Amino acid sequence: MSTDVGQASGPAPAAGARPPRARRQLPVPYLLLVPSAVFMALLFGWPLLSGIMEAFQNPRGGFTLANWERMAGEPRFWEAVRNTLLLTAVVIPIQFVFALAMALLLHAKPKFAGFYFYVWAVPLAISDLAAGLVWLSVFTDLGYLNSVLVNLGLAEHGVSWLNYQNPTSLFLTVVVAEVWRATSLVLIIVVAGMQVIPKDYDEAAQVLGATFWQRLWHVTLPLLRPSLQVALILRTILAFEAFAVAQALTGRNFPLLVGETYEWSVNLQNRAVASAVALVVLGMSMVVAVIYLRALRQPDSVGGAR
Amino acid sequence: MTTVASRPIRVADVELPPVDTAPLRRLRRRRALLQVACIAVTLFMGFPVYLITLAAFSSRQTLNAFPKSLLPSAISTETLNAFLSSTGVLPAFLNSVAIGIGTLALALLIGAPAGYAIARFVFRGRESYQLLLLMTRALPIVVLSIPLAQVFLTAGLYDSVLAVVLVHAALSLPTTILITASVFVSVPRDVEEAAQLFGCTRFEAFRRVVVPMALPGIAAAAIFTFVLSWNEVLAAAVLTLNNRTLPAQVLTSLSDSPLAFRFAGGFALVVPALLFILLMRRYLLNMWGSTIR
Repeated sequence: MSTDVGQASGPAPAAGARPPRARRQLPVPYLLLVPSAVFMALLFGWPLLSGIMEAFQNPRGGFTLANWERMAGEPRFWEAVRNTLLLTAVVIPIQFVFALAMALLLHAKPKFAGFYFYVWAVPLAISDLAAGLVWLSVFTDLGYLNSVLVNLGLAEHGVSWLNYQNPTSLFLTVVVAEVWRATSLVLIIVVAGMQVIPKDYDEAAQVLGATFWQRLWHVTLPLLRPSLQVALILRTILAFEAFAVAQALTGRNFPLLVGETYEWSVNLQNRAVASAVALVVLGMSMVVAVIYLRALRQPDSVGGAR
Repeated sequence: MTTVASRPIRVADVELPPVDTAPLRRLRRRRALLQVACIAVTLFMGFPVYLITLAAFSSRQTLNAFPKSLLPSAISTETLNAFLSSTGVLPAFLNSVAIGIGTLALALLIGAPAGYAIARFVFRGRESYQLLLLMTRALPIVVLSIPLAQVFLTAGLYDSVLAVVLVHAALSLPTTILITASVFVSVPRDVEEAAQLFGCTRFEAFRRVVVPMALPGIAAAAIFTFVLSWNEVLAAAVLTLNNRTLPAQVLTSLSDSPLAFRFAGGFALVVPALLFILLMRRYLLNMWGSTIR
């Protein structure tokens, strides 16, 4: 059942030289996979199932929808749903346009490209908590942004960006921090995708007189489709998971779904409701993944880059 | 003599069409615009890191001043010292390091064999296993960590380093497997076969030939795992109470800590990222490019 890659396509003598494998025990590849499969079953499969059970159980172990009713009865929950969806819907398009522009800049091979790439990739390794704290130093009342505004004479005392009475500026600060933190991931995926596109297509289009925008729209983007699809799914799911950014910047003034599960589980010690909210996040992630996979499905006849 | 001297003059006299410098100028202008755009993006991406560094190295007095100067006026370690000496921060830092190392060891121990299997063998279920790995990345961390808190409570593992190591290892396992697989694919099969032809067993060939060649890539995977663990906030905060990791400690004390504490905490969390990307910038594209799909 198991064959070596080399045996299937490699030269015959090398394959013949190897003694036949013992048939009594599990074939080697399965032996190698067993530890990881068991580990993931224990730490992914089991908690997933018990989380679903927990969300539908009352304290005596019977079936109930009370946890869901309690969750839905909380106005903050709906606020969190709205904020999460709104943040994702605003941040993702900005990130993709921004990341594409950055990738095209790097593709044009400027001087110091290595340095630029380093700086642009740094947020990739910065957690959302750290990103929130970084931007807190900018947006806080006596922070750097207000210092600049006052120094330039644009405002007398600065603007209280993070005041809960300014929902718009509150939202915008979170958007800026998220764009800053998570565009790098899209950038890396897009740059990696661009590297495997043969130059010939672009050059051919150039010879045929296509403008820059025509080449971008009709040549580069279609060839990037697999990379963009992966980046879109991954980024959207990760965007649903953002919470520490908002916590660091706004405290509890900008609730996000994952922040609410944290709140239910740690501060309110109600794991059942926390599980219900967590399942909402899971459901949203799955719906989004399916929608993207359908919407961005490769036309069958076109092989694309891969 | 006159003819010799006049020759260059005559060449110059020939009506040459004026050199069209427009394309060259256009090229120069494009290059300049390119640099301007790159510098603008770099400022947006890099300047906040500079600001948090500046904030972390300011004295309490400078931090309270307003409007603040964007240039370092007096470098002081007062803020950082206060952060490091506040209760729970140093133990949390040590926990974070221990958990990071534990996570990368466990993830590599379990993940590298699976990566090798995916890279070297064709077997039934290989494609579906890879698909399964990709799907697990779509599982939100919350969905796992909240039920696991219950499981660990009953197992007596709650609030322990081991509990967080287990969760972080599980979270990073799919990525570790996919990265190590791509590393093993890049080690030519021929050298491994040659070693076996010269009398090595399969395991010896792996240990003496494949491992040394794969080591840089494996190190990259290890660093990646470490950073993933270092950055993870939610599971660490849900699964611990007294044995916090650094991010969990910072997160749970956000609401009742002064701004100086938060800035220093943010800086402490950012520094490893700077080092990580510096070490890994060659591998980033390979890692994401080849493993992500």
